[in-house]
This record gives sequence, C-alpha cells and structure tokens, in this order.
Amino acid sequence: MSTRATRLFPAVMLSGLLAAAPVAAQTLDDKVNEIFASSTGWFVSFIFSNFPGTSFPWIVAWLVIAATVFTFYFGFVQFRAFPHSIALVKGDYSDPNDAGEVSHFQALATALSGTVGLGNIAGVAVAVGIGGPGATFWMILAGLMGMASKFTECTLGVKYRNEYPDGTVSGGPMYYMTKGFAERNLPGGKVLAVLFAIFCILGSLGGGNMFQANQAHAQIANVVGDYPGWITGVVFAGIVFAVIIGGLKSIASVTEKVVPFMGIIYVGAALIILLMNFQYIGTAFGQIFEGAFTGLGIAGGMVGALIQGFRRAAFSNEAGVGSAAIAHSAVRTKEPITEGYVSLLEPFIDTVVICTMTALVIIITGQLVTDPETGLLVLNEAGTAIQTIDGNSGVALTSAAFSSVFGWFRYILAIAVILFAFSTMISWSYYGLKAWTFLFGEGHAKEVTYKVIFCIFVVIGAAANLGPVIDFSDAAIFAMAVVNIFALYFLMPVVKKEMNSYMSRLRSGEIKKFV
Amino acid sequence: MSRKIVVGFDGSEASRRALDFAVKRAKLQGDNILIAHILEWSPYSFLTPSEIEERHRRRKEELERAESAIITPVIKAIEAEGVPVTAMMKYGHIAETICKISESEKAELIIIGRMGTSGLSSRIFGSVAGTLAQIAPVPVTIVP
Repeated sequence: MSTRATRLFPAVMLSGLLAAAPVAAQTLDDKVNEIFASSTGWFVSFIFSNFPGTSFPWIVAWLVIAATVFTFYFGFVQFRAFPHSIALVKGDYSDPNDAGEVSHFQALATALSGTVGLGNIAGVAVAVGIGGPGATFWMILAGLMGMASKFTECTLGVKYRNEYPDGTVSGGPMYYMTKGFAERNLPGGKVLAVLFAIFCILGSLGGGNMFQANQAHAQIANVVGDYPGWITGVVFAGIVFAVIIGGLKSIASVTEKVVPFMGIIYVGAALIILLMNFQYIGTAFGQIFEGAFTGLGIAGGMVGALIQGFRRAAFSNEAGVGSAAIAHSAVRTKEPITEGYVSLLEPFIDTVVICTMTALVIIITGQLVTDPETGLLVLNEAGTAIQTIDGNSGVALTSAAFSSVFGWFRYILAIAVILFAFSTMISWSYYGLKAWTFLFGEGHAKEVTYKVIFCIFVVIGAAANLGPVIDFSDAAIFAMAVVNIFALYFLMPVVKKEMNSYMSRLRSGEIKKFV
Repeated sequence: MSRKIVVGFDGSEASRRALDFAVKRAKLQGDNILIAHILEWSPYSFLTPSEIEERHRRRKEELERAESAIITPVIKAIEAEGVPVTAMMKYGHIAETICKISESEKAELIIIGRMGTSGLSSRIFGSVAGTLAQIAPVPVTIVP
C-alpha cells in the first residue's frame, strides 16, 4: 500500500502545481491538504464571491432565481403534477409490453442513489452546524422550488438524448445544449456544452468523489479512532478501481441493492427518534422558523442561515446542476415529459424528507449549544460555527445526534455513510465519464484515463481536510449549475410545449392508464 | 372448436415434461398450444447507471437468445407432430404473466411443470406452480 501511495505522490504534486513548499516535518495528509487548498482557492473564491457590497454569494441567487422562474413558468408543476408523478412511478401508465425495459421507478431509484448520500447526512450537519436550525427552513424551501428545476432539465435530457443503433443511449445537458440550441437556431450551444462537460468532470472529482471519500474517512475514524486519511483513500480507490476499470459489476450491483434499504433504515431511525421526543418537535420547528428569519445569533444572521440552507440543499439534491439529466435520460418512454414528472420527486425525497429528518434529529437531540439566558446559539471561539456538545461537525455531528438516542447507531451510520459514499462515487464516475467522452470521444484508452484520474482523486479527497474539500466540491458542482441553468432558460419553452401537449392528451383520455 | 392450451416453458426438464404432456393431449383432442416463455423481471429492482444505459440493448439480446435457443427448436418439433402452435415471450412475474396471457388469449387450460422443490425455500419464496394454483383464471394442470 505504501508503494502505491509513493507512486501516486508525483501525480498529486503535479495536480497541485507545486504551489506549496513542503516542510520536512509535515505528514503526507498535511502536504496533500496544503497543496490542494492553495491550488483550488481561486476557483472557489470566484464561484462564491458575493454581490459587491453585500455578503450574499451570487451563485446562491442564481440557483434560487432559476428555481423560482421555473416554478412560476410551469405553474407550480411540482404541486399540481405530484399525484401524477406518483402514478407514473407506480407504473400505472407503463405499457406492459415494454416490460423488461428501464422503468420509471428504476430510473428514479438510480438517480436517487446518486444524490441521496453524504449531502443528506454530512451536508445537513454542516448547514445546521454553521447556519443554525433556521438553515433547515431555507433548505426545505430550496428543495420544494428545486423540484421545478429538476423537472425542466430531466425532460430535456430525455428529449435530446442520443440513441445509438446498438440500443444504448447517451443523454444529459451536453446533448440538449448542442441539439436543443441547434433546433431552436440559437448560437453557442456547443460552447455551453463544452463548458458544462469540463465543470461536470471537475464536479465528478469534487462533490462526487473527494467529498465522499473525505467524509467516509471521517466516519470510519470516528468509529475506530484516528489514523491517516490516505489509507482509507487507497482502500476506497482500490475498490472503485475494481468496479469501474476492472468491471467488477457485482460490487456495484450489491451496493445498488443495499443502499435503498440503508436509506429506509436511516429515515426509520430518524422517525423513531422524533416520535420518542415528540414533545420537542414543536420547539424544534419554532427554532427553525425563528432561526430562518433572525439567525438566532449565528454568524451572518438571517442571510447566513439562508445561504447555508440553500447551499446544502443544492449540493444534496443537485436540482439545476444537470447531473440528474444524465441519469434519467436512459429511461424507456415515448413521452420525455413523463421522466420530468418522475424526476421532480427526487428533490422531494432527498431534501424535503431525508435532509429534514437529519436536521430535526440534530436539533431535537440538543447537539447545538444555546445560551440558556438569551436563547441564542453559542458560537465557537473562532465565531465561524455553532458550538456543539462535543465539538463535532459534519458527519460526526449527525452521528453524535443519532447515537445520543441509540448508542449502536454510529456503527449503522458508519456502514450507511460508506455505502452511500460508494454508490454516489459510482454514479458520479458515470456522469464524469459521459462528460469526458463527450469532450474527447469514446474509446477504451480515453475512458480508462478518466477512470484512473477518478481513482487518484479518491485518495486526495480522503487525505485532505474537510474545509478545502467541501469548498472545492461545492464550487465545481455550482459551476455546472451556472452553465446548465443558462441553457435551461433558452430551452424552457420546449418543455412547456411538451407539457401542454401531454396534459391535454392526458385529459382527453388519449393517454391511458394500463392498470 | 379447438381449445387453446397455455404451456409455461423455460427450456428446463420440468417444462419439457409439461410440454410433452400438453402435446399428447392436443393431438388427441385437436387443441392448439401457446408456449409462454416468461423472463423474470421486476420494474422495482435496482440498477446501476451503466446497467440502465445498456438495458434496452440487453433486452433485445435476451429476447433474441430466448427465441433462437429455446422457442424456435420446440416450435419446429411440435409442428412436425401436426399440432398447431404459437409462442409468446414476455417479461414479468412468471405466474402473474402466465395468468394475464391466459386471459388475453382466451385460453382454456394452463399446463406447467413443477421444479419439485419442497421445504424451506418454497415456503419462503413460493413456487410458480403453487402461485398459479392459487390465482389462475382457468384450470391448471401441474405435471410432476
């Protein structure tokens, strides 16, 4: 293992552009961390720069405005079409003769296993740990609005996908940017597609990879005690390598089958904890509403809570980012819009249900320290985050919250985190690969190159500190959203046409239920 | 008027016995045979992104393989005996799909073989023959 790490180190140094002068006494983890932080800092500060003279990042406004525009443009489709979405997932409108093809349920489940993951466990803990209970309110709101963004991008993903003669399909923002823009005689589709593909590759290495490896390591270290992060990284990279390069499909398919059950266990445990503490639920919601508009003493007040909530919601459900459009585009359907309806359930399940559970458990179990006299939250010494009972943050905070009720839950959570991290990595390696082949063309050598890079970043992610990794992960994923949402504005009339035509045929009875 | 008999057939020993039994009956009574080949499939299973991408191609391959390796040879053999025969390939839950086919094709009898599993596994997972006996819309003959 150590030889592998030393062989890998030159690559790490290169990618870090030799930015930091290593000090002899530093550990490998420290070096990786330092190089990483200094080489990605400029990108992070650009994406998260504030509007001049305010403390409000433009990227957060960009996402929220888009979700609001889509919500109004499609007439609150996320609420009106919700029952129809459920009927589609149940298969009420699926032709039995198409059995054996990818069902709506399967496309939704696969897309969900790419998004349900650390964002729901660690990301929410970060949001609540910095933004206070009020961040939950903004997170739920962002989740509800994000349903409209998801609806738009997934419909387009199916409509403009490429279908090859051998029956395989490739879809995603790259394809609707090129084909959709050409169809509407708009210039610049190709430029957008290339930009998106670049950011998608970065995002696949950041949020889809390093953040996962990082938090998986934190979780294992939390259970077995501290040890160097690169060890976790090398083990994880080895398994990912076996699956995506070695073609060891069995590991991936076992994970895909276990992950949904882990999700159910997670939500089930959260519900039990909430029921056991039902007398505090009212207080918790009180804190959430009050905190949403006052901040309850956190750094940045209401805006601070709002930014944390929106950021973590977007990072968790990926609405507007464009990744889901890649996952959903392979479904078998004659109507692209049906996949849009199905996909709008994704932010709902991911953010409005699962993320909210995590937040409520953290708040209800009293992990955040409040001043008994003022009722305000107490900040840590640096004033950057809220004081927690044991000084936990990220996934360790969630773990502490669940374990305060069920002592054994930290082990379950550790397994869940590792599996979620792994399934998210597999999904994102696929998204990144699709972007990579879009840029460089298909071919064995090209695909293996990407996959090897992906595995190297697993090690970097596990070794670096949470701060720089989480910043870079967010920045790369939000950069995808910048390009994707820009394209969505130009293509949203296409979706509206599809929606109106489908809805009128549904009402006239031309589209029938099979069940 | 000749009756239509649905025979559940997957190429296994048990299903061959059922088909032989059905052919004998059909010959004597002038019935015709509908071979139902069901590929086990649930729309609620979980797939990885790359499995999803390849699914449509795989389905085509699976159907082609089933047709050439399983269905075509037996159809030829039955036709040679002078019994009118057709075949259907469907994806789905085996017992439920056989029932649906019997209804839509207005069959009067279902004939299936049984695997002969007993004990724990069939108690937990059920068996096709047992399920059909419970839910079939027409009489079922189970060939041992």
